[in-house]
Amino acid sequence: MTVRELVDTLNLCIVSEGDLCRNINGCYIGDLLSWVMSNAQSDNVWLTIMSNINIVAVATLTDVSCIILCENVSPDEECLKKAQLQEINILKTDMSTYDLAVKLGAVL
Amino acid sequence: MDNNTLNIRYEVVAKDFSRAGEASSALKKVLRKLNISPDIIRKVSIPMYEAEINMVIHANGGYIDVDITPETIHVVLTDNGPGIADLELAMQEGYSTATDNVRELGFGAGMGLPNIKKYSDDMKITTQLGKGTTVEIFVNIPA
Ligand SMILES: Nc1ncnc2c1ncn2[C@@H]1O[C@H](COP(=O)(O)OP(=O)(O)O)[C@@H](O)[C@H]1O
Ligand SMILES: [Mg+2]
Repeated sequence: MTVRELVDTLNLCIVSEGDLCRNINGCYIGDLLSWVMSNAQSDNVWLTIMSNINIVAVATLTDVSCIILCENVSPDEECLKKAQLQEINILKTDMSTYDLAVKLGAVL
Repeated sequence: MDNNTLNIRYEVVAKDFSRAGEASSALKKVLRKLNISPDIIRKVSIPMYEAEINMVIHANGGYIDVDITPETIHVVLTDNGPGIADLELAMQEGYSTATDNVRELGFGAGMGLPNIKKYSDDMKITTQLGKGTTVEIFVNIPA
């Protein structure tokens, strides 16, 4: 499944658009950046409530296919700017992290 | 510079979170261009990011020197920060002196130094209280 297909399937909101044709393979959930750095895998979807600029570098380095901000969290302005500049996919949803993970489990 | 070695220097600015991780991201791009495998890039990226972040949050910034040969990637991070009083303690998983405002950004899990050790092929830390810290990361490139 691609990021674009995931957006359409789960009705997610695109806040920063990179390559929406990227493939998705698996998911990692976490807010502590060291844990995400060492455990998220290339092409994962990354679910978090962290919304500051540092998530952009972590997404770049782990090569996740997209970040999904849960619980109706929005990226701060600095974060959004950098994500757009670096063409990182950031999506958001008002679902809880758990609810989104359950839905992801069913479609991935 | 000898023909087989690529040397790159990056500057790291203290407390500047808008740029934290940029050196690691830049090196990742270089390694990709050199056709280094994703596994090896990961072994460099995770430790270097952790050490870079430590320079931003615990020290006063500094600089990073990277030497790449066909056989190895050697990253040296040098800062003039406060140094580490008890290195054995600092290496323990979960140990962190990070402040609350840094933790709110997602740092301070106390997994940085342990992850540098875990993902690199070898690491070396030299530190002197009041003088600074040098972290060296070694990753081998299999033939
Ligand atoms: N470059 C450095 N200069 C001074 N102290 C450091 C440096 N790097 C690490 N430390 C100390 O070692 C501790 C553990 O580091 P680390 O494992 O990366 O965890 P964290 O960064 O999450 O606190 C830090 O909390 C800090 O006290
Ligand atoms: Mg650290």
